[in-house]
Amino acid sequence: MVDLLQNLRITGIKINYLFVCERKLWLFDRGIGMEETSEKVFLGKLLDEFSYPKEKKKKILIDNLICIDILNEEEIREVKYSDKLEEPNKMQILYYLYYLKKLGIRKKGILNYPKQKKREIVELTPEKEKLIEDAIKKIEEVVGRENPPPVEKKRYCKKCAYYEFCFIGE
Amino acid sequence: MSRDLFIFSSGTIKRKENTIYLETNNGERKFFPVENIDSIHLFGEIELNTKALNFFAQKNIVIHIYNYYGYYSGSYLPREKNVSGELLVRQVQHYLDEEERMYLAYSFVEGALFHMQRNLREYENTNEFVIKISQELENAKNCKSIQELMGCEGRARDVYYNAFNLILKSKFFFEKREKRPPTNPINALISFGNSLIYSTVLSEIYKTQLNPTISYLHEPRERRFSLSLDLSEIFKPLIVDPIIFKLINNNMLKDEDFDQDVNYCYLTESGRKKFLKEFDSKMETTIKHRKLGRSVSYKFLIRLECYKLIKHLLKDEIYKPLKAWW
Repeated sequence: MVDLLQNLRITGIKINYLFVCERKLWLFDRGIGMEETSEKVFLGKLLDEFSYPKEKKKKILIDNLICIDILNEEEIREVKYSDKLEEPNKMQILYYLYYLKKLGIRKKGILNYPKQKKREIVELTPEKEKLIEDAIKKIEEVVGRENPPPVEKKRYCKKCAYYEFCFIGE
Repeated sequence: MSRDLFIFSSGTIKRKENTIYLETNNGERKFFPVENIDSIHLFGEIELNTKALNFFAQKNIVIHIYNYYGYYSGSYLPREKNVSGELLVRQVQHYLDEEERMYLAYSFVEGALFHMQRNLREYENTNEFVIKISQELENAKNCKSIQELMGCEGRARDVYYNAFNLILKSKFFFEKREKRPPTNPINALISFGNSLIYSTVLSEIYKTQLNPTISYLHEPRERRFSLSLDLSEIFKPLIVDPIIFKLINNNMLKDEDFDQDVNYCYLTESGRKKFLKEFDSKMETTIKHRKLGRSVSYKFLIRLECYKLIKHLLKDEIYKPLKAWW
């Protein structure tokens, strides 16, 4: 399984994007990233860098594929700027738990929202594992498409780094 | 919003911890707000070390260098972070496919000619010129080769430049377009403006995954970033020419703004500064975008044009050149 995930190069971001927007996932997979010029992404990076300064293991890259924000004895943690997109965030950390389990490592997952002073504990259950496996299949299908999925108007489009790209129109 | 910085003084650019400053030859220090700088244009004689260049790379700042006469001579582009092999393949595909290439090449000409006509309509008695350009646009539609298309574009441009003497009310008379070297003030202004547009378009292309060497109207073998030339066609009449009309018709330029001899004419530092002031304020001017529903600057319109091109190449949405609607 880990080999398959490696082959598909499924990173946490891709799992996250699948639940945010399939079009974003497709574009990101083809290297059409808008992250470099996005102010929101920059703010997220700053928050990542400066929150939890006492934690020792920050930004751990595993198998050159998944990047875990904070890792310690019992838990892995994912730091997010906003709690607006809860489901994608949850799926992302669930995927990390799933990946670690395949490597024989069991940990607890925590989603941290330092700005909102909020945390959420995420656990991998058999049902959740099934959801992750479905998501992996779905990613394979989406990135396999020849052309980008059409624009779909969502409530959070206006805040996305791809907004101008998707809606420029003419 | 990020801005472009134009440096005329001579001196040394140095990094000090997390900031950059220019030490001019008379010992003055000027600090730059690196977080808000997009590109730096160097017109003066500047010394730079790798420590400064590394810092610019880290902050994703592009450096454009101009020669003594104010012409673009080259750029320092930080390591390319936006790469997409897929997009490059598709850019090449569209170049190799004759029909696809013609479509894009024609679109750039269409955008350029539209903005030329838009400029002319602002002034009286230009109707016959507008009609002639329309005829060339009609001809352009039926072109079978890029060469023919370039011919139409060239003829339309000649017509357009002929109308300049109707628009420009001053002693500056415009005979014909001459580039190397420009021989009169109008040519000097056009050449300088085009240099600026070229480097600005390049900066914007660089922020996307487009490869600046693969182009459609111009040949990629021109040994320049020819995609920048392609997109510049649309923006030269939209941005540069109105600046020229304004500078001349409002008598903002004096004889001392030009360095003139029998066989050449260049802008002097004072002339360049006047031009750049107008250029910078034009670039930062915003319009409410009718599709996006938010304000965008003229500079950002260039990036949007890149996005539209990417969308076309990805078979997401067919490219239609910008036609200023405001």
